[in-house]
Amino acid sequence: MKYLETSTGKWEVVIGLEVHAQVISNAKLFSAASTKFGAAPNENVSFVDAAFPGVLPVINSFCIDQAIKTGLGVNGTVNLVSHFDRKNYFYADLPQGYQISQYKHPLISGGYVEIEDENGEARKIRLERIHVEQDAGKSIHDQSPTKSYIDLNRAGVALMEIVTMPDIRSAEETAAFIKKLRSILRYLKTCDGNMDEGSMRADVNVSIHRPGTEYGTRAEIKNVNSIKFIVAAIGFEVDRQIEILESGGVVNQETRLFDPSNGRTILMRSKEDAQDYRYFPEPDLPPLVVQQSRIDKIRKTIPELPDAKTSRLQQEFGLPHYDASLIASEMEIADYYEAALAHLPIIDSETAKILANWMLGELFSLLNKDGKNICQSNVSPQSLAELITLIKTNVISGKIAKDVLKIMWDSKKSASVIVKEKGLQQITSSDDIEKCLRSVLAEYPDKVAEYKNGKEKLFGFFVGQAMKKTQGKANPQLLNDILKKLFNED
Amino acid sequence: MHTLSIYEARRGLLKKKFSSVELTKCFLDRIRRFSHLNAFITLSEEQALESAKKSDSRIALESSTGALDGIPLAIKDLFLTKGVRTTAGSKMLHNFIPPFESTVSQKLLDAGAVFLGKTNMDEFAMGSANITSHYGNVINPWSQGDKKLVPGGSSGGSAAAVAGHLCIAATGSDTGGSVRQPAAFSGIVGLKPTYGRCSRYGMVAFASSLDQAGPMTKTVRDAAIFLRVISGYDPKDSTSSAESVPDFESFVGKTVEKIKVGIPKEYYLEGMSPEIEAAWKKGMDIMRSAGAEIIEVSLPHAKYALPAYYIISPAEASANLARYDGLRYGFRAAGTKSLIEMYEKTREEGFGDEVKRRILVGTYVLSAGSYDAYYTKALQVRKLIEHDFTKSFKQVDIIMTPTTPSSAFAIGEEPQDPVSMYLNDVLTVTANMVGLPGISVPICLDKLNRPLGLQFIAPHFREDLLIQSGYILEQNANFPTLKEITI
Repeated sequence: MKYLETSTGKWEVVIGLEVHAQVISNAKLFSAASTKFGAAPNENVSFVDAAFPGVLPVINSFCIDQAIKTGLGVNGTVNLVSHFDRKNYFYADLPQGYQISQYKHPLISGGYVEIEDENGEARKIRLERIHVEQDAGKSIHDQSPTKSYIDLNRAGVALMEIVTMPDIRSAEETAAFIKKLRSILRYLKTCDGNMDEGSMRADVNVSIHRPGTEYGTRAEIKNVNSIKFIVAAIGFEVDRQIEILESGGVVNQETRLFDPSNGRTILMRSKEDAQDYRYFPEPDLPPLVVQQSRIDKIRKTIPELPDAKTSRLQQEFGLPHYDASLIASEMEIADYYEAALAHLPIIDSETAKILANWMLGELFSLLNKDGKNICQSNVSPQSLAELITLIKTNVISGKIAKDVLKIMWDSKKSASVIVKEKGLQQITSSDDIEKCLRSVLAEYPDKVAEYKNGKEKLFGFFVGQAMKKTQGKANPQLLNDILKKLFNED
Repeated sequence: MHTLSIYEARRGLLKKKFSSVELTKCFLDRIRRFSHLNAFITLSEEQALESAKKSDSRIALESSTGALDGIPLAIKDLFLTKGVRTTAGSKMLHNFIPPFESTVSQKLLDAGAVFLGKTNMDEFAMGSANITSHYGNVINPWSQGDKKLVPGGSSGGSAAAVAGHLCIAATGSDTGGSVRQPAAFSGIVGLKPTYGRCSRYGMVAFASSLDQAGPMTKTVRDAAIFLRVISGYDPKDSTSSAESVPDFESFVGKTVEKIKVGIPKEYYLEGMSPEIEAAWKKGMDIMRSAGAEIIEVSLPHAKYALPAYYIISPAEASANLARYDGLRYGFRAAGTKSLIEMYEKTREEGFGDEVKRRILVGTYVLSAGSYDAYYTKALQVRKLIEHDFTKSFKQVDIIMTPTTPSSAFAIGEEPQDPVSMYLNDVLTVTANMVGLPGISVPICLDKLNRPLGLQFIAPHFREDLLIQSGYILEQNANFPTLKEITI
């Protein structure tokens, strides 16, 4: 276990998260209004969302299916009967004056997400529950000096609140957890995980204590909406709590806000001011009953998830864990990789690794340069596989292949067409290479002499000159072999 | 013409003895003539005459007509009516014009009914005398001389309108007795269906687990006709039931021979007036003579129904009424400078005392520290009462009790403390707590010439039994229907 060490001794950090993940669904949790991001203010608002008198919530069963799928994807238990409750508080962007949530009887209990700790060891972060609830609208305070505006487009959108046990021990683990959870949700297509659009945000509970003693009092940091901010907020919060405890103070149970502009957390409300939400069973909705057959049906739709895929890529193709987990982090990347693999004439661990290197290295840098994701790649898996095949069969060298890939990216032509058009095919004739080398050696008699006198690093110089003469097309292995042979002859 | 029942008016219309327009005008005239009863908050004359005309042409063409084609009705002002102001008796909604129609009123419109207007009611249906309405109290048409009687509540406007022949029938809503109690006070029939029988969509919510729409009519047969129209599953209300809807009218006139009528001994309230007891006995005699068997049953936890009701209903109301914040519709206090101030002043000025009292009680019983002592206990009581009824309905088919512990009282003579006022609901709330259907049927007048009613309570979705028994009671009670308003 990793501890923080200060002059007074060791501290253990305990972190628990409440992740709010917006459910992917066309309609809201209790109304038919659209959930599309980026609509004009108050465009996607039904009478239910605006809490008109007499309206009633009706459960969108697709949202429930999505939450069930999520629960199954994180190894949770789907409760066959769960309940909705009203959480009462007044705010301008909460039209009903209460949020419909699940309090005592959530849809999903238990489950876990596996992360790697700093030693690369797998660690289970247990989940307490996942419940389904409706989101609030947005208050906009910066459009007028005297007025606030309300946008109810988000009001009523389905959220899953994913609550962990206090199993996380560092900011790094928190980041790893969120990344892994996000990856799973994206695999499941139950949440797009776009933190910058607010479709995933977290409340972070942080406490510290001396190893071997009871857990400390926690502070809750509300609504942090990027992994970077979460890491920063935890860092600040841990330092703040250590400072308090080391100077003899006590940490108060309180709710804090993270200010991204200075990386600090500030007091939002103390425990004494904690709101009494007066939860009670939602009388407008009967208990949510889920049939086992429905769960079984949903289970069949769950794809291979990142952890399973990582192991398979390692086992089946002999990929190193690092490469495999990187490829498996996004389903689209993994799909791309496996599609490319399928187009290779021979799949052995060497080719699989070469493909991984080319995809994660060269292709990703081209994608990044154009701000594209793997699905928008100019180079199809089949084309990339063709390029790898050309390398593997010594038609072109790796160095030339980099240029070919760039041309492929810009022209969308296939690798073989480019090689043919530009005459980039490798020179693999020993006679041609030998001829070329002999002319190089003839050009530089002084250097040949120096080499022979022991300046062996000039070997590379000769190779370079020969490459220059052949515009890089000489097969490097052959070139090396022949040059050695020529020197040995003498 | 103004004393016609739905059944009679429908026959007259189909036989073209009179037109719907004539009928509608007759009632609109009477509403104006007796406007001092204050039974209506908003009239929809134009819409009424327009739909009457359409109804007449349907009838003339002998094309398909609905069960209520051309029948002028009054709608409690808690049902949202598209384009017609709906206030729920509150200042909070004084300017609220609904953009959609409630399911119950839509079903009535689909059946061809003509809407005369929106009836007065206790504010947000919280009251038993129609004296909490922001639009003034309603006068019971049975009032004589100087004593102005209350019509009961909260559906007081609907009760007065039906009893005073200002409409043929009306909708009410019943959370703790708000259909049956005013029906008893006003000498008409009021039926509260099983919870879930009618959709609550488009009804201004008071206590969601208790609210149920119901017909207020001149006869039991009318209640049967009306109930069939407004019943049925509604995908917009997740608590509405898919239970099939029988032709309730077909139970009119069916014998009650061998039917077991339960008399709960706990309903003999301490200090109950001998007149109420006599009325109850009259009911028993009628049922016995008609061949029914009278059996004493016990509902030992019924006495806790009222206190539990006054925990659960305010709790739900405190949340249901949170949406009235002045932001999106309805009343907003002027000149406020902050969000909190806007909330406070809007709700301070927009709600009346009784509504505020219940919001406070509801907020209190749900707060940490009192939740278990009040709300959880009340839910337990609710379960116990349910068990009581389940047990009783193994012994008997139907239960008969008085509807109210007294007859209508005079305005100004109502109980001054709220808790005594709440006692008006003591005999009716049990049905709401368990979701059972109940009907109040007029049985006789007391010495002061004020109507008294008896209540039948049946098992879930057995409104047929209410119609069957209620009709026998009605036919043999010889209740002297009010012929004309004298006040």
